[in-house]
Amino acid sequence: MKFLRDIVAKAKVPFEKGGKLERFYYLFESVDTFLFVPNETTKMKGVQVRDANDLKRFMMTVIIALLPALVFGTYNVGYQYYHAIGQEPASSWDMWWIGIQRVVPIIIVSYVFGLFIAEFAFSVVRQHPINEGYLVTGILIPLVMPPTIPLWQVALASIFAVVFAKEAFGGTGMNVLNVALVARAFLYFAYPTNISGDVWVYLGGHQPIDGYSGATPLALAAQTLESGKSVVESFATHGGYSFSNFFYGFIPGSIGETSVLMSLIGAVILIATGVGSWKIIVSVFGGAYAMGLLLNAMGANQYMMMPAEYHLVIGGLAFGAVFMATDPVTASQTEIGKWIYGFMIGVLTVIIRVLNPAYPEGIMLAILFMNVFAPLIDYYVVAANKKRRLKRATV
Amino acid sequence: MSKTVKLRKGFDINLAGKAENKISDSLKSRTYALKPTDFIGMQRPKALVNVGDNVKAGTPLLLDKKNENVIYVSPVSGEVVDVKRGEKRALLEIVVLADSEIEYESFNKYSVSDLAKIGKDELKEQMLRAGVWPNILMRPYGIVADAEDTPKSIFISAFDSSPLAPDYNVIFKGEEQSFQAGINVLKKFTEGIVHLNVNPKEEISPVFLNAEGVQLNKFIGKHPAGNVGVQIHHVDPISKGDVVWTVNPYGVIQIGKLFLEGKYDASKIVALAGSEVTAPQYVKTYTGAAVKTFTEGNLKSDHVRYVSGNVLTGENIGEEGHLGFYHNQFTILPEGDYFEMFGWILPRFNKLSFHRSFGLLTFLNGSNKEYKLDTNTNGEPRAFVQSGAFEKVVPMDILPVHLLKAILAEDYDEMEALGIYEVIEEDFALCEFIDVSKHNVQSILRDGLNLLQNS
Repeated sequence: MKFLRDIVAKAKVPFEKGGKLERFYYLFESVDTFLFVPNETTKMKGVQVRDANDLKRFMMTVIIALLPALVFGTYNVGYQYYHAIGQEPASSWDMWWIGIQRVVPIIIVSYVFGLFIAEFAFSVVRQHPINEGYLVTGILIPLVMPPTIPLWQVALASIFAVVFAKEAFGGTGMNVLNVALVARAFLYFAYPTNISGDVWVYLGGHQPIDGYSGATPLALAAQTLESGKSVVESFATHGGYSFSNFFYGFIPGSIGETSVLMSLIGAVILIATGVGSWKIIVSVFGGAYAMGLLLNAMGANQYMMMPAEYHLVIGGLAFGAVFMATDPVTASQTEIGKWIYGFMIGVLTVIIRVLNPAYPEGIMLAILFMNVFAPLIDYYVVAANKKRRLKRATV
Repeated sequence: MSKTVKLRKGFDINLAGKAENKISDSLKSRTYALKPTDFIGMQRPKALVNVGDNVKAGTPLLLDKKNENVIYVSPVSGEVVDVKRGEKRALLEIVVLADSEIEYESFNKYSVSDLAKIGKDELKEQMLRAGVWPNILMRPYGIVADAEDTPKSIFISAFDSSPLAPDYNVIFKGEEQSFQAGINVLKKFTEGIVHLNVNPKEEISPVFLNAEGVQLNKFIGKHPAGNVGVQIHHVDPISKGDVVWTVNPYGVIQIGKLFLEGKYDASKIVALAGSEVTAPQYVKTYTGAAVKTFTEGNLKSDHVRYVSGNVLTGENIGEEGHLGFYHNQFTILPEGDYFEMFGWILPRFNKLSFHRSFGLLTFLNGSNKEYKLDTNTNGEPRAFVQSGAFEKVVPMDILPVHLLKAILAEDYDEMEALGIYEVIEEDFALCEFIDVSKHNVQSILRDGLNLLQNS
C-alpha cells in the first residue's frame, strides 16, 4: 500500500498548484480520493473528530440499493426476448447473456458521456471538485430506458441532463430537477418514437411470434378506454398478466422499473441505512392508492374502475417512489414537506395515467413536476417555523 | 416552577479514555497564559503589561479597547515572560511564569449577610475590575456580556454532555458556599429567573441540588442536552432583542469566591482525558495552564493532538500550548494524517458514525462501546447534500440547513427569522461532526453571527 501511495503521490505533483496540469487538479483529485481516503485532518478549531461517513459512501449505498433492480432488469431483458420470439432458451444463462449484451453497453455509455465527458469538462472549466452524485445518476439513467434504446441517444441524454439539469444550476446539490429523469424526459420529448410504443422488448432483429403483444400494462389499461373491457380482464387476456406478474416484474418495461419486489428490496436498504426518506416512499404509495380509490369511487370508465392496488404495481411507480422521489437534492427538504411532496407525486401519477390518455405513464412527469414545487412546499413549511418563533416573542 | 424536558434528538459520542475519579495535585505547570482569542467578539485586545513585569493573581493583563470596562486579569502571580503576537501584530497570548506560592491582589471581601445588602452597581464594579466578568456570556452571540444590559434571565447548565466531559460532581466538589454566593450575586442582575439545569439521570452534585434562589430544571437526553443554548430554547427562548446571560458553574463559583474571599481565584480542576493518555484523571491547576506538564510521560504514543476543551468544540493548542479560558477539559487524540486505501467503502466497526450507510456498522456495537477516534476527516469536502441528518442532532425547533444556507447567502432577515440568535457554535457542533460533505459548520455559524453583530 505504501508503494502504491508513493506512485500516486508522485503522479500528483504536476497537478498541484503551479504544476503543468494545474487545471486538471480536480480530475486527479477524484481518482486520488477514490483510491485513498486523504490524510486530511480536522481544523485547529471546531470538531476535532469527524464521522466515518462521507458523500462517496452515502452515494454508494444508493448504488447498492439499486443492484437488485439492475440484476433483475438485466435478466428480464433476456426473459422477455425469448418470450417474444417464442423460443426456449437452452439455459437461463442465455437469458442473462442477452440482457448483459443490452444493458452493459447502455451503462458504459451513460458513465462515459455523463461522467467522463460532461462532468469532467465542467470540473476543469469551473474548477470545482467532482461530486459523487453522478455515480448514482449514471446507473439510474440506464434503468429508466427501454432496452431497445439506441446508444447514441443514451449518450445525448446523459450529456444533456448533466449540462442542463445539473451543472447549469451550479452542480451537485444545487439542481432543481432529478438529473436521471431529465435524461429520460429529454428523450421522451425529443425522440418519442424510440421511447414509447413497441420499444419495451428487445427482439434483436427477430420477429415476435404470432399473437404476441409487447404492450405494457399501462398501455393495455389505457386501451380499455376505447374497448370498454374491464382492465383486469384485459390484462389476463392480452399478456397473461396478473397482479403477481407485476409484483415480481416479469413484464415488458424500462430496464430497471418492472419489478416492484426489487424496488422494495432497494427501499428496505435505503430506509435501513437512513439514506432514503421513508416518509417520501410511503407517501408516494399512499398518494397513488388514495387517488386510485377516489377514481374507483367516481368510476366513469373502466380505467378509473381498475382496483387501486394495481396502480402501485404497474408502470414505474415503485421504482420512481424509491429511487427518484427520494433524491435528497431535488426532494422537499423539510420533514413535513416530504409527506406533502411524496403524496402529491402519487396523486399526480395516477391522474396523469388515467385522465390524460396522451401520456401512458405519469410517474416521471409527476416527480419532475413536484421537483419544481418542492421549494414552494419548503417555503411554507419554513415560513411556519418562522411564524412560531415570532409568535413566541409577542406572547 | 421547575421544568422537565425530554429530548429525543441528539447523539452521544462515547470516546475511550474517560478521566478516572482521582485528582492529581502534583502536576504543576510552569507557565500560565491568557489568550485574547478565547474571547469571541474581542475586537481590539490591548496588553496592559510588558515582558518582565511582576504580577499577582488578579492583576490586569489585558482589555478590549472597544469595551474598556471589562478587565482580563492574571490567573497566577509571577513574571510576565512573553507577550506573543501573530500576523499584523495581533495579540495572541500573554504568558506568566508562576511563583511557587501564589500571591493575590486583594479585593473587597464580604460576609454572606453583607453580600445580600450591597447593590448591583457595587457588585458590578468589582466583578469588572477583578476579572470575573468574562465568565458571563450573553446570548445572542455567545460573547462576553455587556455590563449595561439587563438580561431577561440567567442560565446555568449544571452538567456537561459532550464527549469525555468532566464529572461536575468531581470538579466542583465542596464548593456549595461559593456557588450559592455566586448565585446570590447574579440574581441581582436580572429581574427574571436564574435557571439551573440538571440531568436527573446522573447523580446530581449537592452543590446544585441545595442551591437556593434558582429554578431547577431537568433535562433528559443525549448530547447536546447539556448545552445551555438548547436549555434556553426549551425554557425561555430568545427572540430578537432579548438578552439572556449564561454562566458555567465554574464562573459562578469564581464570582462567589471573589466576594467571600476577596480574591481572584483561578484554581480549577481539569479533566485530562482521551484515548492517548496513559492515566486519564483530574488535575488541579489554574486557568490557562501550560499543558506540557500534564502529558510528559503520560502518553501512549507521540503522534497526537492536544485539544483544549472537548472534541466537538475544542481547539488544537499543540504540545506547548496553554488551556483555554473557558475549558475545564484537556483531550488528547491520535492524529489522523494517514491515507487509507479504499477507506470510503471498507466496513467500519471501530470508526464511529451517526449514519448507517453501507458498511457503517458501529450502530451494532451498542451505546456502551468506547471509541478511539483520530483526527482524520474521513472524506473530502463536497457540496451540501441535504439528507435530513442535521435535523436529527439539533433538539430545537430550528432548521439547521436552512439557517446555514441563509448565512452563506448573507441574508440578514432570513438568518434572524430562522433563529440565529438562539444558537452558537456548540449547538451546531454535532452537525459538523456528522456532515457527510465535511463542511465547517461551526465557523459558518460564527460568520453569520459576526455579520449580524457588526451590522
